[in-house]
Amino acid sequence: MNSSENKRDWESHPPLIAPGYKSTIYRGPSQPLIEVPELMKPGTGPIFGMESVSPLDHDLTKNGIKNGEPLGERIVVSGRVLNQNGQPLKNTLIEVWQANAAGRYVHKRDQHHAPLDPNFFGAGRCVTNDKGVFKFYTIKPGAYPWGNHPNAWRPNHIHFSVFGPNIGTRLVTQMYFPGDPLLDHDPIYLAVPEKSRERLISTFDLDLTEEGFALGYQFDIVLRGNHSTPFENE
Amino acid sequence: MNKLGQTPSQTIGPYFAYGLTPEQYKFDHKSLATPFLLDVKHNSKDLILLKGRVFDLHGAPVDDAMIEIWQVDQEGVFRTEPHEGFISIGRMGTGTVEGNLYEFTTCIPAPEKPGLAPAINMIVFMRGLLSHVYTRVYFDNLHMQGAQETVFFDF
Repeated sequence: MNSSENKRDWESHPPLIAPGYKSTIYRGPSQPLIEVPELMKPGTGPIFGMESVSPLDHDLTKNGIKNGEPLGERIVVSGRVLNQNGQPLKNTLIEVWQANAAGRYVHKRDQHHAPLDPNFFGAGRCVTNDKGVFKFYTIKPGAYPWGNHPNAWRPNHIHFSVFGPNIGTRLVTQMYFPGDPLLDHDPIYLAVPEKSRERLISTFDLDLTEEGFALGYQFDIVLRGNHSTPFENE
Repeated sequence: MNKLGQTPSQTIGPYFAYGLTPEQYKFDHKSLATPFLLDVKHNSKDLILLKGRVFDLHGAPVDDAMIEIWQVDQEGVFRTEPHEGFISIGRMGTGTVEGNLYEFTTCIPAPEKPGLAPAINMIVFMRGLLSHVYTRVYFDNLHMQGAQETVFFDF
């Protein structure tokens, strides 16, 4: 295994400081990252969280219900987690969180003047199956304003946190929706190098769409390197 | 040659807490990773508290960072399921403890490989950080605080 193939590819990822996204200027490290010696590189890593994921965790349309169904457009989001050789990564923990259909997060700090939905919590998780596939049911998140610049709005997005085979493959990202006009104005999305931006946009999928129930969006996630997920107890 | 391009990172944003650290922030949702790697009821003699803060360029403590620590146990084994009161991954946000501290209960790990000093791997995620950064916590004179800012790694 050529370890350089397992590195973070900075031509795919956004830089640590991207002036259009203002808080990166005072929160991104200003010094270059230090290449660690071979000996210090992490070994194989975890299957984590599998036992803790409960059956409703992947269904955000149900896991926050108090007295009725959540409002908004029901969607199915599914995809595969792959390594860069295209091999599926099974038993990988995925955590998601998002705003509700009105563009409001449950988080206490979100003060956007849009209604909370008593029946929508907005967080979930699941573990990929033997083919590396994950699937969530949720409500399409709304856009919401933020303070980065005048009239700034975040495009519709779902936050993803993914583990993969080791600490190096750890990824936190955001999934966007096709055709969103706000993408062209969003400095967080635009901080990603142009050639890799499209990897963050899900595709509408009629085969995934459940008739009479929910629209389907496909979102594959490629984690760095050519590692495979360790077997349980390995 | 790798065939597929890596999915780009995006910031964790300010609102991760109810999804990733819900119990700490008092949301009614189970946390998969917590600040408690070592269960003190099981083992208190090896307990250490690992505390710290994240500062921005202006020296202001960051109140919405999420810290993950990954470490082996005292036998040098990575524990993804609790083993003798220890689990290898911890997670905490900096928004609930006065002073914006993160605060882990854990133990000093064995060296991960022969020839290495014992160390805890740390990942920092926060609003304003488009890609997470890695650093290491050492327990002796070896340390990774640079003169101006923490040293972060690439590998």
